[in-house]
Amino acid sequence: MIRIRYFARLRDQLGTAGEEMADYPSTIGELAANLAARGGDWGEALGGTVLMAINQEMVGPDAPLKEGDEVAFLPPVTGG
Amino acid sequence: MRRDIRVQTEPFDVGGETARLSAGDHSIGAVASFVGLVRAHNRVGDEHAEIATMTLEHYPGMTEKALDRIVDVAAERWSLQAVTVIHRVGELHLGEPIVLVLTASAHRQAAFESCQFIMDILKTEAPFWKKERLPDGSERWVDARESDGKAAARWLAGD
Repeated sequence: MIRIRYFARLRDQLGTAGEEMADYPSTIGELAANLAARGGDWGEALGGTVLMAINQEMVGPDAPLKEGDEVAFLPPVTGG
Repeated sequence: MRRDIRVQTEPFDVGGETARLSAGDHSIGAVASFVGLVRAHNRVGDEHAEIATMTLEHYPGMTEKALDRIVDVAAERWSLQAVTVIHRVGELHLGEPIVLVLTASAHRQAAFESCQFIMDILKTEAPFWKKERLPDGSERWVDARESDGKAAARWLAGD
């Protein structure tokens, strides 16, 4: 099981702050592609520029997923 | 190096934070500060729009880690005695302070440069998001700016 979290504009577009997933692919990039393949808002939200994090560290699309991970998809940041 | 990193809803006192940063450490010869404020105008496409309020969201936990890592990199790059980073979240009004960065060093160049570095990297790597509310009550997420990416890339290009 992994926990997936969506933040800010992504959360609003998807209408959910997150979900749990028992059956997940081997990398976060594949996970993003699978989520985008749900179509509709998912394809639009996850098809553009999205930052990815595992256990609160930014990662690239090849980063592997493992049991218990906290995965997050983040829009480009706008703080400061 | 001493560091004080905070994410909070409350306002901060620049004078008090500056005094606290350098208190008792007489090796410090320079303190640089940056204060970011909520601005009235933001560019939307080709039009300027006036905002009413702004709400800042963040990713609790990851935000503090990201700020800590940015300060780590600054401390490797410049000789610093102390750093303070305070970033506010929640609802903010026009003119209110959003972010404070203080850097303390023996000399001004390290203080100036590291202060700008921390802000430039924070703008592109720390997980904060701004949502603007316009006077008519409508809301929209602020888009990331290409110029912010360029400002951060300048430091990472190895000047």
